[in-house]
This record gives sequence, structure tokens and C-alpha cells, in this order.
Amino acid sequence: MKNAYFGEFGGCFVPELLMPPLLEVEAAMETHLHDASFQAEYEDLLTNYAGRATPLTFCPALSRQLGFNLYLKREDLLHTGAHKVNNTLGQALLARRMGKTELVAETGAGQHGVATAAAAARLGMRCIIFMGAEDVRRQSSNVRRMRLLGAEVRAVESGTRTLKDAINEALRYWIAAQETTHYCFGTAAGPHPFPTLVREFQAVIGRETRQQMLALTGRLPDAVVAAVGGGSNAIGMFADFINEPSVRLVGVEAAGTGEPGCYNSAPLNLGTPGVLHGNRTMLLQTEDGQIEPSHSVSAGLDYPGVGPQHADLHKSGRATYGLINDAQALNAFQVLCRMEGILPALESSHALAYVLEHPEEFPGGGHVVVNLSGRGDKDMDIVREALHLD
Amino acid sequence: MHTLEAKIREAQAAGRTALIPYLPYGYPDREAFWKHAAALDAAGADVLEIGVPFSDPVADGPVVENAARAALAGGATLAALLHDLKERTFSCGLVLMGYLNPFLQYGFERLARDAAAAGVSGCIVPDLPLEEAAPFRAALEAEGLALITLVGQNTSVERMRLYAGHSKGYVYVVSVMGTTGGQGSLPVQVRDTLARARSVFSLPLALGFGLREPGQLDGIPEECRPEAAVFGSSLIRHLDAGGTAEDFLHVWRP
Repeated sequence: MKNAYFGEFGGCFVPELLMPPLLEVEAAMETHLHDASFQAEYEDLLTNYAGRATPLTFCPALSRQLGFNLYLKREDLLHTGAHKVNNTLGQALLARRMGKTELVAETGAGQHGVATAAAAARLGMRCIIFMGAEDVRRQSSNVRRMRLLGAEVRAVESGTRTLKDAINEALRYWIAAQETTHYCFGTAAGPHPFPTLVREFQAVIGRETRQQMLALTGRLPDAVVAAVGGGSNAIGMFADFINEPSVRLVGVEAAGTGEPGCYNSAPLNLGTPGVLHGNRTMLLQTEDGQIEPSHSVSAGLDYPGVGPQHADLHKSGRATYGLINDAQALNAFQVLCRMEGILPALESSHALAYVLEHPEEFPGGGHVVVNLSGRGDKDMDIVREALHLD
Repeated sequence: MHTLEAKIREAQAAGRTALIPYLPYGYPDREAFWKHAAALDAAGADVLEIGVPFSDPVADGPVVENAARAALAGGATLAALLHDLKERTFSCGLVLMGYLNPFLQYGFERLARDAAAAGVSGCIVPDLPLEEAAPFRAALEAEGLALITLVGQNTSVERMRLYAGHSKGYVYVVSVMGTTGGQGSLPVQVRDTLARARSVFSLPLALGFGLREPGQLDGIPEECRPEAAVFGSSLIRHLDAGGTAEDFLHVWRP
């Protein structure tokens, strides 16, 4: 294994039976990722299938209110509705080159499940998705989409019945199925090499943002802001700016209901270091090392851990990570609908809420990019319930 | 020779397969756990693997996972386990089997000290492969405890050789490509895995995952027959159905 760590975080804490397939993925990355024919095939899928490049949308009404120039990186306009497809197309292509015929994946909100199912269908692969039974209930439209796309969706009844337990089940499945199956991990977390692999496929977000900002304004943004659950959309936005000290990197964690002591999804702010799902990272856990249930109104942020590179960026101070609660996210959701005519995912609403709640942190007249990682159609049932619509 | 190896070699010298039952601490509750543990010891267990319950046991099937969850709900912690253990004595060898995070939060050095003081001879950590094992192994070895090596069907001879230099006590051979508690017959590949492990390790081999009764070992060639058999899920199922530790072990040690 090479470069399995980000500072003190990362690594590969898995059963021995999973080491050979993980080493196989690592070797395949080295062979194929920078290979010209792989790159060409991937680029073609991103452009002509997924719909890249995504626009960088200026928000005139919100900018007037906030006192700085607010832009949205429109990952919500991608095929399947979120940034997840950047990763699944890349991993599906890689899996095919590894001779695998099947993809297995976990999903929380269902966006990664839908994006994996679409990539599998497009490339002629079988697809099995593990999803917590609680998420199956609250994201039922995505379950229907996955099934229509040909995936088998397995509801996970163990533990807290959310993303964390779906990852446990997918890892267990992969132990048995590794010969024919690639685990298409959905976020920049998990055992090495997934944090690096997923970042490589999501880094297109930040690369495009840089080019678009330079073309529009002739300069780099003052800050980029993204929601952090596992952290794939955020690391995708940050990656190209980490070595640009003038660009502030702001991640936003979900604070849950915001009541004192409530369940949350904010391990960077409120957790402690530990090992879960194959990597050493920041975790919501008891003193005894048992993983605590997480909560967020946004199913895609509802996870007690976080990608190891975020844990390192947090520790070094290169990125800062704020907190947004359910109500603030729901408010931002409505603001964007009404003021800019865009219906954001509840995950992305957390990122937007941060700039709405803390405009003083950003330079007046400056340029701030919020990563709008997904669209909110999937969240209509939750929003209707939370806002007492109808 | 390490205590755990000695326990298994004793059984081997007596012409029998060493017996290694596994039971999660605190299952079905603390008191009943210690009653079962003492009964297993008295009924001829050579080594007892005490499970340290964890909320997210990725190498375990539903039987062990549910047992661990019940134990956690009853307040089972590593600290309580070590506390209870200090007040008891066992003639069998003792091993703690658990996922890394509870050990990490307890502190590696502190765990090694307290476990050694409580009579524990080794640890099995299913989510700690060779590449990540050095710090924990060093802490254990400073107190004379063994970190048990796990290998399986997809562990190559080359990887086994990497493990061999660091292995102590016994080598745990995982019989299936899957989680604990499978109810099928052992896969034919288990013979190849055992043969490979035999060619690399000089330590005794313990076969586990999906073992229920001695007949499952029939057909394994003499030269690669495991010196020890590990039972977890089958023992839990047996106890859940009202059986006793004595009659479970009796099948293996008539």
C-alpha cells in the first residue's frame, strides 16, 4: 500500500479477506487512471452522458442581499441529479477494466445508489445496492429509480438502519463476492484506496470551478463552500484549491436539530478520533468506542464518520468546518427556491445555509462559490413533512 | 512456547482437536455469560475467545452481531469485562476477540497491561490486517500477549509469509469467503488454504467460521488437519435453543 494516510488519518483497517481486493483496486488505479484511453472514455461519459461541464451560476438576488458575489457550482444539473455520477462512472469504468461484472454499493439518500445503478446499466454490469431500511422509507422515490435502472436494492435492517449499516452490509457482501464484484464506494471515506480514488473522480468539480471563475472574473474565488457528510462533494470542490492559500475552504457539517446534546452528523466538530469502516478518522462515538447514531434531516449527511482527508484538513486548519442545523438548512432550501428558482438537495442546502447565516465571514464584494451538489426533487416528501406543506 | 500454542499442543499430544469456543462478553447478560464461560472451561475448552462487543462488526454474520447488540444494550464494555475477569480464574487459555476501535479508545498500552493482569494471553482483531498491526502488536508483545494472525482462502503464500514472522500463539484460518455463522458445508478450498498455511507457519492452525460438528473436518487430509476448531455462532445458537455448554462441547470431546 502506498500513501494510505492523510496525516494521522486514513489507513486500511479491514478484515484480511478484504486486503487482496483492495490491493487489486490500488493496482488498477495505478495502471488505468492516468492511461490515455481510460481518460478519453471517462471524459466522453462525463461530457456526453452525465452532462459536464456543469454551469457556474451567479446568484444576483442573493448576492445583493449578502454583499458579496455568490456563485453556485451546479452539480445538481448532472444526470441522476447529483455529483455522485462523477465517481460512479469512473469506478464502473475501472471495474470493467479489472474484469469485474458486478457493482455493489451502499447508499444513504439514494443518490449514490441511483448513480451506481445508472453507471452499471450503461456499462452492462449487474448492480446490488445496500440501503438502510430507514433510508428506504424516507427516500422511496430513489428506491424506485434504482429498481427501474435494473439494480437490486437490499434493505438493511441491522443497527441504526441507515448509511453506516448499509456500508457494513456492503463490505460483508464484498468479502464473498470479490472475485466478480467491485465495491463502488460512494464517498471519499472507507479503507484505502477509496478516499483517494473517490477524490480523484470528484476533483473535476474544483477544476471546472477554477477555470470558470478565472473566465468570469479573472481571479480565483475567495472561498469555496460545500456540505460534508462522508465528504465527497466537498473534497471534489477543495482538491484543486488546497494549494491555493488565498482560497478559503469551508466545509459544513449537519448539526441535527440543533438542540443541546442532540444526535448530529458533525464528527469533525463534535467527534473524537477512532477507526470505523476501514479508516482512522473523526467519529461520533462513546468513550468505549461504540459508534453513536447520527442524525440529520438530510439523509445524505446522516453518517457518524467523515472522510480521512477532511479530518486532516480540519486538524491542520487548512479547511474550516461549520455547523448548520435542520431548520437552518430548510430555510436555505426555501430561500434558494424563491430567490433564484433553484430547488436544492437538503445536503447542499446546508452549504448554502452557512453563507446565509454567516455572511460577515466572507469579504464584501468578494467571490464565493457554494457547491450545489444535488437537486432537491428526492427530498420533496421530507420537506413537505418538515414544512407542513399541503 | 507461547501459552496459547502450549494449550493447543497439549490437546494435540492427547490425540484430539483443541477446542476454542467463542462467546461475546455480556451475552445473554453478564451473569449468564460468566456461567457459560465457566462451564466451557470445565467441559474442556482449551482456549476461550471472549468477544468484545462492537456496534459495527463487519466480519460477523447476524448471529454474532445480534448477540453483540444485546450485550451492548445490557451495558457490556471492555472495562467491565476486564474488571469481571480479574475476579475469576480459568484453566483454559483466554483470548479477547474484538474490533479495533474499542481497543483503541481504551488505549493499547493500558489494554495490554490490564488484559495481562486479568489472565488474557492474546487478542484477535478482525479489522487489523498486517499493514496496520504494528502499533497494537508492539503494545501486546510488551506484556507477553499474542496478536493472533487471521488468514483465508484469498491469502496468498506470499502474504502468509509476511505474516509468519510476526505470528504467535496460533494461526486462525477463516474457512469461508464470508462472515461468521454460515450454515453450509465447508468449501472444498478450505483444504488448499490449510495446506498453504501449513507450508508457511510452524504454529498450530485453528479453523473457524461456520464450524458446528466434528464431521465437518472429515475429508481434510491428515497433514493439513487443523490442530484446533473455533465455534462461535453455532455455540450461540445452541445456547439460545436452551442447550448447555457441556453438551455442546461433548460432541467434540466425548
